[in-house]
Amino acid sequence: MNTRSHYDVAILGAGMSGLAAGIRLAHFGKKVCIFERHNAVGGLNGFYSMGGRKFDVGLHAMTNFVRPGVKGTPLTKLLRQLRITRDEFALCEQKQSRVAFGPQGETSLRFTNDFAVLESDVARLFPAQIDGFRQLVAAVKTYDDVGLDTKPASAREIVRRHLSDPLLEDMLFCPLMYYGSATEHDMEFGQFVIMFKALFLEGFARPFDGVRVILRVLLEKYRAAGGERRMKCGVKQIIGREGRARALVLDDGSEITADHVISSIGAPETEQLIAPAATAATPLAPGRLSFVETITILNRQPAEWGWGEDTIVFFNDSPRFDYACPDGAVDARSGVICLPNNFDFGPGQTLPEGIVRVTCLANNTRWAPLPEETYRAEKARWFTAVQSSARRFLPPLANPAAYDQAVLTTDMFTPRTITRYTGHAGGAIYGAPVKHRQGRTALANVYLCGTDQGFLGIVGAMLSGISMANYHVLKSA
Amino acid sequence: MTKDECKQVVLDIIADIAPDEDLSNVKPDVRLRDQLQLDSMDFLDIVMELRKRHGIEVPEAEYPKLASLDSCAEYLTPKFDAKG
Repeated sequence: MNTRSHYDVAILGAGMSGLAAGIRLAHFGKKVCIFERHNAVGGLNGFYSMGGRKFDVGLHAMTNFVRPGVKGTPLTKLLRQLRITRDEFALCEQKQSRVAFGPQGETSLRFTNDFAVLESDVARLFPAQIDGFRQLVAAVKTYDDVGLDTKPASAREIVRRHLSDPLLEDMLFCPLMYYGSATEHDMEFGQFVIMFKALFLEGFARPFDGVRVILRVLLEKYRAAGGERRMKCGVKQIIGREGRARALVLDDGSEITADHVISSIGAPETEQLIAPAATAATPLAPGRLSFVETITILNRQPAEWGWGEDTIVFFNDSPRFDYACPDGAVDARSGVICLPNNFDFGPGQTLPEGIVRVTCLANNTRWAPLPEETYRAEKARWFTAVQSSARRFLPPLANPAAYDQAVLTTDMFTPRTITRYTGHAGGAIYGAPVKHRQGRTALANVYLCGTDQGFLGIVGAMLSGISMANYHVLKSA
Repeated sequence: MTKDECKQVVLDIIADIAPDEDLSNVKPDVRLRDQLQLDSMDFLDIVMELRKRHGIEVPEAEYPKLASLDSCAEYLTPKFDAKG
């Protein structure tokens, strides 16, 4: 079935951005093929099966949720551009999320899909800051965050023009950084705006069955539009000549050609495929920010432990929130707790098992070189440390022993897992700190989409694929 | 093709690319952008669908001619007629 050796467009990677780009191009009659090295689609937002269960990785929630009738937001644009109806994703809204700071989470800001909840919590807990907060929101709303050539600015600097309390500043940055920032300590203001809208002004939702519903819809659209894909078939080399990609060498050694190449594998990762390598420029640096995530499956619903309210909790126990690559293997002082059971799935609808996921910052260089046995021991050690850190930010358990007995199974990913299954250098989930808004690379007909193009979050990833397909291929046709 | 049929072609395309818009009261003499939530991505799609479904090419310089249903009909009807 896959006999063609020339395509209008070759896409590297079957994650959200690559699939979205593929749908657009195939819909408008381009001959497209997606090359994916892994045996599953989804990239950084996928799922895997183990012991008869399906585990989601990446996506905790789909950001940018708006209710039907709200127009002109990223979710609406995405659905329109990919010809997807709201019913196909069947998104269920979060209950509530929180940012909990302090050694026991003493300061807690709630946010839901109704922005007034966050605003009133800010007014209640930070009365002296509320005017500045409202000015910041106004600045966010008027900023052109999708312009492909706006000048970068420090988000910390701009936020400090409006807020003087470092605790509130850190509490606002924490979820936005955890859900998409590839830069340590600070964000580019345009990215801050994208994430502020995605999380606070819009909100969280997910399909009942999680990320696989989204992937299934994308795959079905792509297939129906005539797109091809080759799984377990990566691209190992892009042969450049006179500033253009002339051919792609696949993992099996065969060659194909394409008029355009869209790469979702990352900017430094794409650069490394190009042969002969560019000489003058300094090589692009990969990102340093990686994560571990623990997953606990329970035979009870979290609500039975008094954990039935929170969908996602962003926590930090330290005086300042330190979003950076830790010196040690993991930084368990801050992190994200996700309780997928706590979406409003509708009357009588509950996930069959309880799920608790906790994500913390991690240092790839501490994990990558470990011999297998030490690696397993470190995973077990950090699993426990991450649980006890996160536990401080949820309502206390009346009977911790009963909780432990309810555990059916656990799993954990590390920077090593990310590198192995996604090919992202250094396990850097959010890619390199330097983004390439226009998606340009050293070769004129090779463009980036996804993480390193720089629209953040899962909706951002899909919009990135759409924008790059529109801008570089469809518009110029 | 009559101008009314041509307007319907454009409305059918908009209905497919923006199924969340209410198209029952679109005024033919008012800019589409002023009465519907359509952005530049949506206009690109109108152009692309005209090409895909009807083989009609609209060069980028002439996108402004698609501003309203009336101007669409004025501009596109001869193109449809030329195709026979």
